[in-house]
Amino acid sequence: MTDRASGTTDESPRRPSYGQRRRARIDALATAGTVDDQPGVSLIRSAWLRLRRNPVFLIGLAITVVFVVLALVSPWLAPWDPTARPLLDQVRPQSNPVPGPEPGHPLGADDRGRDLLSRLLVGSRQTLIVGVFATLFGLLGGLVLGTLAGAMGGWVDSLVMRVVDVMLSIPSLLLAFTIASLARSPSQWTLIVAIAVVQVPIFARLLRGSMLAQRSSDHVLAARSLGVKPRAIVFRHMLPNALGPVIVQATLSLAVAIIDAAALSFLGLGNPDQRQPEWGQMLGLAQRYISEAPHLAFYPAGCIIVVALGFTLMGESLREALDPKSRR
Amino acid sequence: MLRFVVRRLLQMCMVVVVLSMLVFVWLRSLPGGPVSAILGERQTPQRRAALEAALGLDQPLPVQYLKFMERAIQGNFGVSTKVLPGEDALDVFLSRLPATIELSLLALFLAITLGIPLGYLAARRQGSVTDTTAVIFSLVGVAVPVFFTAFLLKYFFAVEWNLLPVSGRQTTGLDATRVTGMFVLDGVLTREWDAAWDAVKHLILPAVALATIPFAVIFRITRASVLDVLDEDYVRTAEAKGLTAQVIRGRHVLRNAMLPVVTTVGLQVGGLLAGAVLTETVFSYRGVGDALATAFREKDYPVLQVLILAAAVIYVLVNLLVDIAYAVIDPRIRTR
Repeated sequence: MTDRASGTTDESPRRPSYGQRRRARIDALATAGTVDDQPGVSLIRSAWLRLRRNPVFLIGLAITVVFVVLALVSPWLAPWDPTARPLLDQVRPQSNPVPGPEPGHPLGADDRGRDLLSRLLVGSRQTLIVGVFATLFGLLGGLVLGTLAGAMGGWVDSLVMRVVDVMLSIPSLLLAFTIASLARSPSQWTLIVAIAVVQVPIFARLLRGSMLAQRSSDHVLAARSLGVKPRAIVFRHMLPNALGPVIVQATLSLAVAIIDAAALSFLGLGNPDQRQPEWGQMLGLAQRYISEAPHLAFYPAGCIIVVALGFTLMGESLREALDPKSRR
Repeated sequence: MLRFVVRRLLQMCMVVVVLSMLVFVWLRSLPGGPVSAILGERQTPQRRAALEAALGLDQPLPVQYLKFMERAIQGNFGVSTKVLPGEDALDVFLSRLPATIELSLLALFLAITLGIPLGYLAARRQGSVTDTTAVIFSLVGVAVPVFFTAFLLKYFFAVEWNLLPVSGRQTTGLDATRVTGMFVLDGVLTREWDAAWDAVKHLILPAVALATIPFAVIFRITRASVLDVLDEDYVRTAEAKGLTAQVIRGRHVLRNAMLPVVTTVGLQVGGLLAGAVLTETVFSYRGVGDALATAFREKDYPVLQVLILAAAVIYVLVNLLVDIAYAVIDPRIRTR
C-alpha cells in the first residue's frame, strides 16, 4: 500500500519504497505455488473468499440481482399496461407534448400518454433478454471455434484464427450495424444475432489462448500418459480449466451487449415494435423531445448506465479475483 | 525492419481481400438481392433483367466476385439511393470524409492529452483519492453509451445554457471559402477567422462526446502500464544509480510505459468510427458517420458498401502504421 510518510517529498513519486516492493515481491514468490492463505483451497473458493470482502464486487452483484429480479417480475409489478395510454387526453402536441408526473404516474407519461414507469419496468425485460441471449450465443459460438482451434491445432487452428482475425479487424459496433441492416423486418432477434456474431471472435480467441496454455500443462501430460482418450482430455481436463477467463469476459460482455443493443436501437436498427418497450428504443424515441422533456431520455439512459456499470464492476472484480498474479 | 514492414503489408492485403469477399457475400445475401437493393423493390422485369446482366449476376460466383473487385478498384460502387440520391456513392464518401477526419482527430487529441497525463498521475498516486476518483470515472465512462453522453452535452451546453450551437458544422448563411473540406483548417488557411471560430464552436461538443470512449481506455491502459513499469528491475537500478526522479520518470518509466498505449490508440480508431456514427447522428454533423447512420436506416446499399469497405481499410491501415511505429519504438518487436 501507499506509504504517505515516506513518499511525499515534493519530487519523489508517492508509491511504495523499494524495500517494500522487494518484500512484496518475495512474499509473492513464496506463496506463488501455494493456494491462498489456507491450504487446500481451490481457485474458485479462494476467489470467492476475496470477493466476499470486496465492496466493488458486492455493489456490482447487488445491481445485477436487483435488475434480474425486476426484469423477471416486472409484468406483475408495473402499475399500468405498458401499451395502454391512460394519459392520452393530456397530450397536446403544441403546448404539452409529454405529460408530467401526477398521482398514479410518478414519472409521468411519454409522448403517446403511456405510463413511463411501467414502460421502464417492462423494458428491463427486453434489455435483459437481448443482453443474456446475445452473450450466450456469442459465448457458444466462441466456445465451439475456440475449442476446435485450441484442441486440434494445426491447420484447423490456423484457419479459425485467420477468420477470427479478420472479424476482429472490423470495428465491432460497425460490424453489428452491418449485420443488423441485413434484417428484412427488424426485431429483438436482429439485435441478439448482430451482437452475438460480434462477440464470437472475442470469445474464440480468448478460449483458444487458455486452451493452448492447458495443452502444455502437467495435468494434461499426466492424463495423456495414463492413456486417457483425446476427447476426454479435451472435454474433461482442458475445457473446464480453460473456462475461467471466458466467464469473466462473459460478465463484461453482458454490459457491452446492453450498451451496443441500445446503440443499435438508437439508430433504428432494433425492434421497432413499441408494444415491446426496450430501454434503447425508448432512448432513441426520446431524442425528438430534447428541449421539452429531456427526462424521457434520462430515465432509460440512467437504467442502461446503472445496469452496465453493475455488470462491469462484477466482471472487473471477478477478473482480479481469478487472476493468480493477484492472489497474495 | 524492411522484412517486418513487408510481412505486415502482405498480411494487410490478405485481410483486405477477405474483407472484400465478406462485403461481396453480404451484398449477395441482402434482402431481395443486389438488384432490389439498387433499383428498389418496384421495378419492371425488363429493367431488373438488364441490371442483372449488367452486374453479371447470370455468371458463376467467382466471375461475379472478380467483376465486383474490378468495379471496386475502378471506384465504381453505384449510385446513392437515399443519402444523397443520384450522387455517385464514392463521391458521397469522399465529400463526407473531411468532416469526420476533423472530428476524429480532435477527439483523439483530447483523449490522448487528457488520458495519458491522468493515467500517469493516477498510477504514481496509486490508492490515493485522485486515483480512486479517476478509476471510478473511467468505469462509469465505459458504462455510459456515447450517444447519451452526446445527448447530455447537447441538452446542457446547447439547449439549456445556449453556449454552443445545437447541430451542424457551420452556421448556415456564413460565407466561408472551402479548400480542404475541413472547416477549421479552411478558415485558418483563408484567414477567415470568424468562419474558423464558428466551425470550432460546432466541433467542440461532438468531439468531447466522441473523446469519452478512447479517453477511458487510454487512461486505464496508461495507468496499468505505468504501474507495471514502476515495478521493473531497471527502474530500481536507475534509482540505485542515483538518477534524479525527473530522469527516471521521463526516460525509464514514461517511455517504456507508452508502448502498450501506442497500440491501444491504434485500436481506438475503430471505436471512433463506430462512435462517429452515433455522435454525428445526435448533432446532425454531416460526416461519414451521419451518412452511415442514414444508409443503415434507409438501406442505401451502394453507399453502405463504400463506407464499410473504406472504414475497414482505414482501420487496418491505421493499425499497420501503429505496428510499424511500435517496431520503431521497441526493437524487441522486429525480431519476433
